Amino acid sequence: MSVTSFDSLETRLAEPAAAEPEGESAKEIQGRSPWQLAWARLRQDRLAIASAIVILFIVLVAILAPVIARLVGHGPGDQYPFTALNSFGLPAGPSRTFLFGADDLGRDVLVRVAYGARVSLIAGVVASGVAVIVGGIVGMVAGYFGTVVDTALSRFMDVILSFPLLLFAIALVSIVGPSLIVSIAVIAFFSWAVVGRIIRGQTLSLREKEFVEAARSLGASDLRIIFVDILPNLVAPLIVYSTLLIPASIVFEATLSFLGLGVVPPTPTWGNMLSDALAYYKVAWWFIFFPGGALLLTTLAFNLLGDSVRDALDPRYARLFKS
Amino acid sequence: MGAFVIRRVLFGILVLWIISLVVFAMFFIAPHDVARLLAGRQASASEIEAIRHNLGLDRPVLDQYLSWVWKLLHGDLGYSYRGSVPVRDLLVSRAPVTASLAFGAAIIWLLIGVGAGVLAAVKPRTIADRAVTFFALFFYSMPTFLLGLFLLFFFFYKLYTAGFHWFPGGGYVNLSQDPIGWADHLILPWFALALVTAAVYSRLTRGTMLDVLGEDYIRTARSKGISEGRVVVRHALRSALTPVVTQFGIDLGGLLGGAIVTENVFGLPGLGQLAVSSILDQNLPVIIGIVVLASFFIVVANLAVDFVYAFLDPRVRLT
Repeated sequence: MSVTSFDSLETRLAEPAAAEPEGESAKEIQGRSPWQLAWARLRQDRLAIASAIVILFIVLVAILAPVIARLVGHGPGDQYPFTALNSFGLPAGPSRTFLFGADDLGRDVLVRVAYGARVSLIAGVVASGVAVIVGGIVGMVAGYFGTVVDTALSRFMDVILSFPLLLFAIALVSIVGPSLIVSIAVIAFFSWAVVGRIIRGQTLSLREKEFVEAARSLGASDLRIIFVDILPNLVAPLIVYSTLLIPASIVFEATLSFLGLGVVPPTPTWGNMLSDALAYYKVAWWFIFFPGGALLLTTLAFNLLGDSVRDALDPRYARLFKS
Repeated sequence: MGAFVIRRVLFGILVLWIISLVVFAMFFIAPHDVARLLAGRQASASEIEAIRHNLGLDRPVLDQYLSWVWKLLHGDLGYSYRGSVPVRDLLVSRAPVTASLAFGAAIIWLLIGVGAGVLAAVKPRTIADRAVTFFALFFYSMPTFLLGLFLLFFFFYKLYTAGFHWFPGGGYVNLSQDPIGWADHLILPWFALALVTAAVYSRLTRGTMLDVLGEDYIRTARSKGISEGRVVVRHALRSALTPVVTQFGIDLGGLLGGAIVTENVFGLPGLGQLAVSSILDQNLPVIIGIVVLASFFIVVANLAVDFVYAFLDPRVRLT
């Protein structure tokens, strides 16, 4: 008998025995893994499906931004001083040539909103991905080794969590200069501790489980126990936190851009478009509503999906947004 | 309780010390050259050297750190690069604006958040509950600056053009000068800052209230014939509030961040606006001053919340 098969058996046994709804499992005799059950629950959730479709749509818009630009015939940085600005130099509203109107420099708002989706999605996904990986590793190490390591890492996380985040973020940006990579790094740096703290707590209880004891008595190394035995049991919370961190990171990035400390102006982002809106909202409502609507739609969809994923993976958990 | 207080205070001091190290590392050992920045583009090498010497930047790093901390402990935060105003005076003149904004917003978010949460918990699965859920999701997903823009657009601009001059489009009036004008200028910023957080509180309160309302002692209280209102407020809400208090401590940091954004949207001359403008023109002493002040405030506020929490729930003192 190989160690691997034994391990996978352990893992399967150790998966939290999801409360199987009676009616669902009664029809089928064959057993379903917790993942299949979660997937089934998610598929029945209409809100989850709707938000997934919205997210897919936004991802498509981001990918196809150059195609959209080609179709309308306006590049994201192209200025049309004669058609997009009136004789007073004020931007033209939504029309057939400029579906979402034009901005103060005579650029097409529709094309810029589409390109802005790229920055938001990249920042949201990459920053939360990094935060979840770093937080996951630090949390597992702290929870598994305990003692001095745990105390040091936990205190470190406490310190980061008690920082005035946005203030430190903008202070950091002021030193290195604003850019997309800096924004992502700053967002990740201030988000991983939240994940780390939760994963640490879970690891702390997993460490005492029999299957970890069994692995240890078989001579498995600490590294192997952490990544092969403990990690699979933490995948559910890690997925939940990634989906909930994405909208938070998108808001964070948009806020930095809005303050002029994120992605620098010629590149369109929803945040810097909205910072133009502050000066122009009295003459051009479309400055607020199109980039703002796109931003709100994105965060709404991710929050709803995250909430549904949490519910599907762990039905014992109280839902945030559904009564 | 004594040991608990001492432990928390020591941790607070540790956090402040680490923050002082981080701030120092960020601004004094950072790759950019402060002296060159100050001297301007046309300065000669000897001028830059003179400035470096004046600022003490040619001394050993540890020496610089110690003298920086020593001055900090005496309330000396240096001088702004702009107009050589003492940073402390700048902060003192800006702080009341931020304090007015933050306090008002905190009160509104607690009232709306806890109120909506209780309402939703008392009548679960009704239209009221669903409405609270919908608004919670909506505002939870709303970035503060976007909400500020929407409020400006609808409640200032649209009302103004319709002939209702109810809310000003920005600016600030001193509380001592004109209390009504003060509140009038702050009401939109208060809501912009408060509603996003109120959403979280309404969910939190609803959840804990539902748990508490299912407890045996609530049934006992009801069976004694106490009015429902009294049961909800005196018996249930009191114990449901403990997690809210913890959350409040966590959110104080976010409150300051939100204040930065809100001040910039509504043109309030507070610390947040000062922070952003200082960052845009690289005014280091001012940025450092604001970061240090904000960190100090957050550490102290967290300590206060810890003590309140320990007072409400004796079990906490053991951890």
